[in-house]
Amino acid sequence: MAKHHIEATVNGDPAEFLCETEDTLLDVLRDTLDLTGSKEGCSSGDCGACSVMLDGRLVCSCLVLGCEVGGRKIETIEGLAKGESLHPLQRRFLEAAALQCGICTPGFLVASKALLEKNANPSEHEVRFWLAGNLCRCTGYDKIVTAVMDTAAAMRKG
Amino acid sequence: MRYEAPESLEGAVALLAGAKGEARVLAGGTDLLVQMRADVVDPELIVDIKKIPETRTVTEEKGGWRIGAAVTGAELKEHTRLKQAWPGVVEAANLIGSTQVQGRATLGGNLCNGSPAADSVPALIAAGALASLAGPKGRRDLPVEDVMLGPRKLALTKGEIVVSFLLPPRPARSSDAYLRFIPRTEMDIAVVGAGVSLSLDAGGTITAARVSLGAVAARVLLVSEAAQAIIGSRLDKAAQDRLEAAARTACRPIDDKRGTIEFRTDVAAVLSRRTALIALDRARAN
Amino acid sequence: MPETNGQTNGQHYVGTRQVRPDGVDKVTGRARFGADFNLPGQLIGRVLRSPHPHARIISIDTSKAEALPGVKAVVTREDFADQSSEFIPAGEMMMNYKDVVRNAMAREKALYEGHAVAAVAATSTAVARRAVKLIEVKYEILPHVIDVVEAMKPGAPLLHDDLFTVGVEPKPDKPSNIAKRIEIKVGDVEAGFKKADVIVERLFKTAPVHQGYIEPHAALATVSEDGSTELWTTTQGHYIVRAHCARLLGLDIGKVRVTATEIGGGFGGKTVVYLEPLAIALSRKAKRPVKMVMSREEVFKASGPTSGATVWVKMGATKDGKFVAGAAELKYQAGAFQGSPVQPGTMCAYAPYDIEHVHVIGYDVVSNRPKVAAYRAPGAPISEYAVESVVDEIAKKLRLDPIELRMMNAAREGTKAAYGPKFGPIGLEETLNAIKKSEHWNTPLRKWQGRGVASGFWFNIGGETTVSLTVNEDGTISLMAGTPDIGGLRASLSSVVADELGVPYDKVRPIIGDTGSLGFNFLTGGSRSAFSGSMAIVEAAKQIKADLIARACKLWEAKPDQVEFSGGAVKPLGALAEKVKPMTIADFAKTAGKTGGPIGGIGRINAQGAGPSFGTHLVDLEVDPETGRATILRYTVAQDAGRALHPAYVEGQYQGGAVQGIGWALNEEYIYGDDGKLQNAGFLDYRMPVASDVPMIDAILVEVANPRHPYGVRGVGETPIVPPLGAIANAMENATGIRFTELPMSPPKVLKALKEKGLNKA
Repeated sequence: MAKHHIEATVNGDPAEFLCETEDTLLDVLRDTLDLTGSKEGCSSGDCGACSVMLDGRLVCSCLVLGCEVGGRKIETIEGLAKGESLHPLQRRFLEAAALQCGICTPGFLVASKALLEKNANPSEHEVRFWLAGNLCRCTGYDKIVTAVMDTAAAMRKG
Repeated sequence: MRYEAPESLEGAVALLAGAKGEARVLAGGTDLLVQMRADVVDPELIVDIKKIPETRTVTEEKGGWRIGAAVTGAELKEHTRLKQAWPGVVEAANLIGSTQVQGRATLGGNLCNGSPAADSVPALIAAGALASLAGPKGRRDLPVEDVMLGPRKLALTKGEIVVSFLLPPRPARSSDAYLRFIPRTEMDIAVVGAGVSLSLDAGGTITAARVSLGAVAARVLLVSEAAQAIIGSRLDKAAQDRLEAAARTACRPIDDKRGTIEFRTDVAAVLSRRTALIALDRARAN
Repeated sequence: MPETNGQTNGQHYVGTRQVRPDGVDKVTGRARFGADFNLPGQLIGRVLRSPHPHARIISIDTSKAEALPGVKAVVTREDFADQSSEFIPAGEMMMNYKDVVRNAMAREKALYEGHAVAAVAATSTAVARRAVKLIEVKYEILPHVIDVVEAMKPGAPLLHDDLFTVGVEPKPDKPSNIAKRIEIKVGDVEAGFKKADVIVERLFKTAPVHQGYIEPHAALATVSEDGSTELWTTTQGHYIVRAHCARLLGLDIGKVRVTATEIGGGFGGKTVVYLEPLAIALSRKAKRPVKMVMSREEVFKASGPTSGATVWVKMGATKDGKFVAGAAELKYQAGAFQGSPVQPGTMCAYAPYDIEHVHVIGYDVVSNRPKVAAYRAPGAPISEYAVESVVDEIAKKLRLDPIELRMMNAAREGTKAAYGPKFGPIGLEETLNAIKKSEHWNTPLRKWQGRGVASGFWFNIGGETTVSLTVNEDGTISLMAGTPDIGGLRASLSSVVADELGVPYDKVRPIIGDTGSLGFNFLTGGSRSAFSGSMAIVEAAKQIKADLIARACKLWEAKPDQVEFSGGAVKPLGALAEKVKPMTIADFAKTAGKTGGPIGGIGRINAQGAGPSFGTHLVDLEVDPETGRATILRYTVAQDAGRALHPAYVEGQYQGGAVQGIGWALNEEYIYGDDGKLQNAGFLDYRMPVASDVPMIDAILVEVANPRHPYGVRGVGETPIVPPLGAIANAMENATGIRFTELPMSPPKVLKALKEKGLNKA
């Protein structure tokens, strides 16, 4: 069976790749496109470390096939910063020490950005439940939740 | 492994009917990809139905709602009027997994995965939803409670797929609710799921009701005794007790890593009552 | 605050919340963890694992796998020389090379479901997976045993016929599953109990739990024709990995160069080797680099969780609340090979208290599960859960405030711990006071809500540490440390460097060096990396400062008492100051070649004087009586850090450990079927806390300086996981009136207990 030839947009740039049917989008991002920022924690959609945006929707890239994304728009952690400017979430995570080992951080940043795009003023409850699909074992979530809420407040101020 | 993404129902049906080896439908992939990675299934053919318009739309139909089988939970959540009419169905679909999973998971997939613990199924059954199927012999409708026969066993014939769900028209003073029990606050498979849909008369008495329980038997149950227990009542304490008793009697759960028989039975009773009370509150407000 | 031994510019950075230097890469996805490394031409390695919990391996036929196109190497027990018995320290536990080689690759027997039996390297993951399925293994299935009490029974299925219990007299002549019996004894507990007005005795049971790091194990190895080996691995101790691999593969240590990649969580679970020896063996055979990554299922089935245990505790107190006697018997599962953390469990059980009579017995017991690896304060959460629960019951029986009761008996400076040493200055009382004064403690509760408090302790270690400080030509400072950074270490160490040398924080660039670039470092564990690293930095900085003073004296033709180092410069004193101007580090750096060559210092120490860290946790929870589900409402941690080099990362340790404890107490457990197979080898059914499960964790930093460290630092990483189990069990009792002696306190158990008392109504 010949490989699929897929053309998609990744972080705003055209991307072209070959993949087998069973390759997930996560496999393609990491192994073919060399975008290793999305992480593989479980391959079963339970940890969120592979979170990406697919046509503006937050998904686990381990639950999407590579051959499904032809013509679609994918945004990964690598696209969060614009040039040398970090996204306010990235900056706040650093200032607030909202990461320890950092393996879950790309997933949390992508997921948090998706939240703030939908809801510019989330309550603590809303932040925690939106992010329930992102596992962190180091921080106990406290500083992550605070960082997301502080960033939301800062972004509302403009 | 072949991957096809037909743009018509006929195309999808033909592919599935003609498949020589194992074939699987792909909607959100939140079950299929996990099973493939765990070597539980090794399909020869994957048929992606997301390019078929009928599976992706939410439309009003004859006073009710037709929901495409491949509409995601996240999309349902954003549909204000559907949410107003069927808050239980929409909240059930949005309890599946995480925000990320809800960005992909569909009602069709949740049903056809064949798990009695599926979150959206008790809500659909309580709603009286009809599954619209397309197959080599044509179209037919099945009540959702007749689609899942047992774990991983569906009433679908070879080549048949679920295309959409039809939710019936809603009389005034009607609403639904879905609750599940999980040990954490998110991310777990339901240990017990309860869906209740009911309608009230002007005096607040329940005139119609459907009660469905998930994860307490080999299939998702439509518990008519539980509905009978509350029809004609205002869900007073006596009716609640009858409801709980009926729920208990209907349970045929197993002991597994997620719950014991005793636990599931006890919680099924509690959740039936709590879910009915929420549906009642919502119906009163309607 | 103690004076530091070095001269500083007034400590600008230590104690402040600087942005970590490695942070930008972590928030942009650029940082490279274990699975992010690749080499051209690499092969993918996969492991064949035993499906049986206990079986003799009769034969292994790899011929079909070797014949599959794309397969370049297959290894089995034949490719690993046997090892003689030798115990070596691994973190805070001991391990034996004879066991290490057998855990890496099964020899005579498969001893747990998931035990590695063979490994392949192939040109793609798909080919490797197919190849693994083609290996034919003939097993003779044996009866298995999982539970520790079952494993101790005579007649239990025997794992090792050469394991004879150590620590019992007379020496046994029959092998058993009991590897070791240990004992600590102070005074005479029987006499003590006679003096008690109240005695509480309870039997506790805990299930095995996993460290739960989000990053699976990963290793990439490449072996040259002359045996030179390069290895990238996600590990807490790359020098230990080097030692293990060199030993197992028969290589000179000097020929093995290990780079510790960024590590996505360890908590003790990445202090041992799993994939590394296999990747090296495969690479050696295939003559190509080999990359291996565990799946999540493999992590649960084949890496070491911590022990499940049975703990008996009996404590006696006078009616005024003075503890007079404490007895305990600990039975810990070691998994397939000996080496559970029963020793530290024994040491820590009563350590927070000053008790005249103590007797603790511990058993290390093998059973057919993965060999346990360290998990954050290994052994202590289990034993202290039991003791703190009993302390709570004593408080209730005596109608004493649980904080007051602990205060009355708290270990202080000068207290001799039951396991031997006399404590120096310690902060247990301070943490108890901090909790007592907190707003949390003084907030009223409602029905079905309960409050629990518990204290805990970890002794912490120092250990061998090498650190290199280099002054670059532009005056910036390169710091090379050798303990992998698992949670903000580089930020803390950079602050220390900046303060020691009087340079701005952002002029310090830290890296974790590989084993070829830097002298020996013991692993990151034992809460030692900030403690030891900062100590070694002080030494290295001393050398630099002395060197610069010497260079200045030469340049200025001055004597040492005419100059001093301060504020990042060598300054002339007195009359000399009229003749010459101060020279900064950057000034020296620019002309280093002319004044003696490169400027730098190396701190090589075996850090001593690690101070124990005590903590007290307070938790409020609410129980749904109709379902047994507990919700954590509020949580406060007070813990003694000695001196917090970076307060945010210290708070982070408190918060992270507390949440791991919440998971352990409420929902996490390894669930085995009667067939000895793990039923929940994934994040779906191994239920770790998610963000919506927990509230904010308030962290109170107590600082009782450790006088044996130049900055007063104590290790902080492990203590946070010790008190939660007891605190949450105590809160459950407060909420329900029921003492839960079995963890996890999952809803089915709680509901059953409520039902038995007729309490399962709102």
